[in-house]
Amino acid sequence: MRTSNQNDSDPDQDVVFEVRDLEVTFGTNRGESRVVRNVDFDIYRNETLGMVGESGSGKSMTSSALMNAVVSPGETSGEVTYYPPDGGEPISVLDLDEEELRKFRWGEVAMVFQGAMSSFNPVKKVRGHFRETLEDHNRDVEAGLERAHQILGDLYLDPDRVLDSYPYELSGGMKQRALVALALILEPEVLVMDEPTAALDLLMQRSIVSLLKELKEEYELTIIFITHDLPLLTKLADRLVVMYAFDIVEVGSTEEILYDAAHPYTRSLLNATPDLNAPIEEMQSISGSKPDPVTNIPGCSYRPRCPMADESCAEAEPPMADRGDGHRTACFYHDDVSDEIPIPAMEAAEKGGESE
Amino acid sequence: MSVDNSILSVDDVSVHFTDSSGFLGLFGERQTVRAVDGISLDIGENDVVTLIGESGCGKSTLGKTIIGAQEPTHGSITYRGQDIWEAKNGRDPDIPFSEIRRSLQIIHQDPGSALNPNQRILTSLMLPLKKWNPNLGEEERRKRIYALLERVGLTPAEDFVERFPHQLSGGEKQRVVLVRSLLLNPDVILADEAISALDVSLRVEMMDLMLELQDLFNTSYVFISHDLSNARYIAEKSGGRIAVMYLGRIVEVGPIEQVIGDPQHPYTQALKWATPNLYEGEGDDGLPIRKIDIPDPTNRPSGCHFHPRCPKAREVCETNDPGAFEDGSGRAARCFRADDTHEYWDSPSIVDD
Repeated sequence: MRTSNQNDSDPDQDVVFEVRDLEVTFGTNRGESRVVRNVDFDIYRNETLGMVGESGSGKSMTSSALMNAVVSPGETSGEVTYYPPDGGEPISVLDLDEEELRKFRWGEVAMVFQGAMSSFNPVKKVRGHFRETLEDHNRDVEAGLERAHQILGDLYLDPDRVLDSYPYELSGGMKQRALVALALILEPEVLVMDEPTAALDLLMQRSIVSLLKELKEEYELTIIFITHDLPLLTKLADRLVVMYAFDIVEVGSTEEILYDAAHPYTRSLLNATPDLNAPIEEMQSISGSKPDPVTNIPGCSYRPRCPMADESCAEAEPPMADRGDGHRTACFYHDDVSDEIPIPAMEAAEKGGESE
Repeated sequence: MSVDNSILSVDDVSVHFTDSSGFLGLFGERQTVRAVDGISLDIGENDVVTLIGESGCGKSTLGKTIIGAQEPTHGSITYRGQDIWEAKNGRDPDIPFSEIRRSLQIIHQDPGSALNPNQRILTSLMLPLKKWNPNLGEEERRKRIYALLERVGLTPAEDFVERFPHQLSGGEKQRVVLVRSLLLNPDVILADEAISALDVSLRVEMMDLMLELQDLFNTSYVFISHDLSNARYIAEKSGGRIAVMYLGRIVEVGPIEQVIGDPQHPYTQALKWATPNLYEGEGDDGLPIRKIDIPDPTNRPSGCHFHPRCPKAREVCETNDPGAFEDGSGRAARCFRADDTHEYWDSPSIVDD
């Protein structure tokens, strides 16, 4: 378990979610599968927080836990505290009962999943989904539909055409945008998006990200955006959380993570990311395979794949080291990483910047 | 655009799909999708062509047409001088259709569904060899398979051949599929989104492997992707060309440095915007397209098909269809802007800010 100074929230920040010792486990016939392990982090109000990591690193489970939405038989433990706006009473999300959760979800925190195709009822028109959601939460339906018109318009959709369509009549990109509008219909404070653009074309993905930026300003949202598409994420996120092997290995502002990543995994991830400017001979894969959630690797979980690992990494789990300005990383050698693992694309970009 | 010693020659090929379903079709208007609309392209020895574009732009249909798996409704495709569809339908071709079929292979997006789940890898690999090389003995076939599996990193091969597809990872399955097509020693492999299903961290490795094997086997690739950075990687590393498709047409084609480095067509520019780099300034000035959604392919816009989405559209674009303007360096763009003297420049803008 990583104990460190991070258990205190940054006093300068208006925190909307405080997550401590978050743990998600599934019982399997091979033993207990720990898919989220002692995760600690904060989400600040009105920020866009990006979560990256390879598939199976625990990003989706961590975000589901924010709404206590880990599917059975998964067990969630730890603390997830939600701070409503204007100094309302903090809510301990994992202690909410069914009815309280029902209100909390969508009303306070809404979620958009991957695969918009399956989020709509195929035999119900889009308008029906909006109406049903408003009715279930005892909202004014007419005012709500008015709002739906506005949001759909903001998303470059023809509101009446979309509302009068069955889901199958819309393209994937239209459905996904309609789903974003549906998520925002109850005016939530926080929008959690789990790979919301993964199944879409690049142009559609980038367009949605561009629109989200505008929506966030207009509706004063806090956005948590989960993806394995790092370049896309850097155009949207204020801060990044990097997950590896069911825990956070690095967190910091997007700028810090891009230009001063201090965890070997983060740097390898940046090097493995296709970049139109990067010299192609420098691009490389991360060797080795990802860890199994049933096994416990003693010490640092990245050790088996890390080019810098030594005996000390096997003996103890590295604590989160503070690198200032909210940038923290779980590596003993965080000061040496930049020399050991260079990022050619970054160097090329910096060189290009100087010569201009 | 022609390439010396071309293996495949695509000449003014169109593939139109017409909806002839049901009896309403008798009275209603028949809807035609022009999936591929008058495309010409040559593929040479050891050549790499990457096709990119949004879903529905016709890149897969074009790919299938190139390897003779889809019959064009117009135009012709010739393999080493032999018209593929004449070989299939006609008598006495110079090159028999079966020979053409063997020479043009395909790797699909999902390796999981390209392998029979009830067959061991060995069986899946033995069958095509047996069909196409009936003179080869069992032992010789097995030897070839082992050598190739080892070559793509599936070691020990004796262990892998005994497995079933579900016992392999996605990357391993895709390697098996690659091995299966290479066993036939094809001239051209169509890789239709062959790496899209792989984890990001495995894609570079898979692309490297494909190019390594290209040198070894002297194979040309037609590489289809919706991802500009993958397309760029494979095109740049192989010195190949990139062709950008939009609504059934190639709107820009040429060497990668020019198409990606200095795109002429506003659509290519939009695709480039959609493929952000990690290290570049913010510079996000909003959408470089006027409409996010692709127009209905059964009812394509008049003039330049891109004009309703184009941020640079002018009146002339609504009525006139730009042909391909070549700039003398092997690059061609279907946009009036590529021609400095075109009347476009005097035409009023139709973009309202």
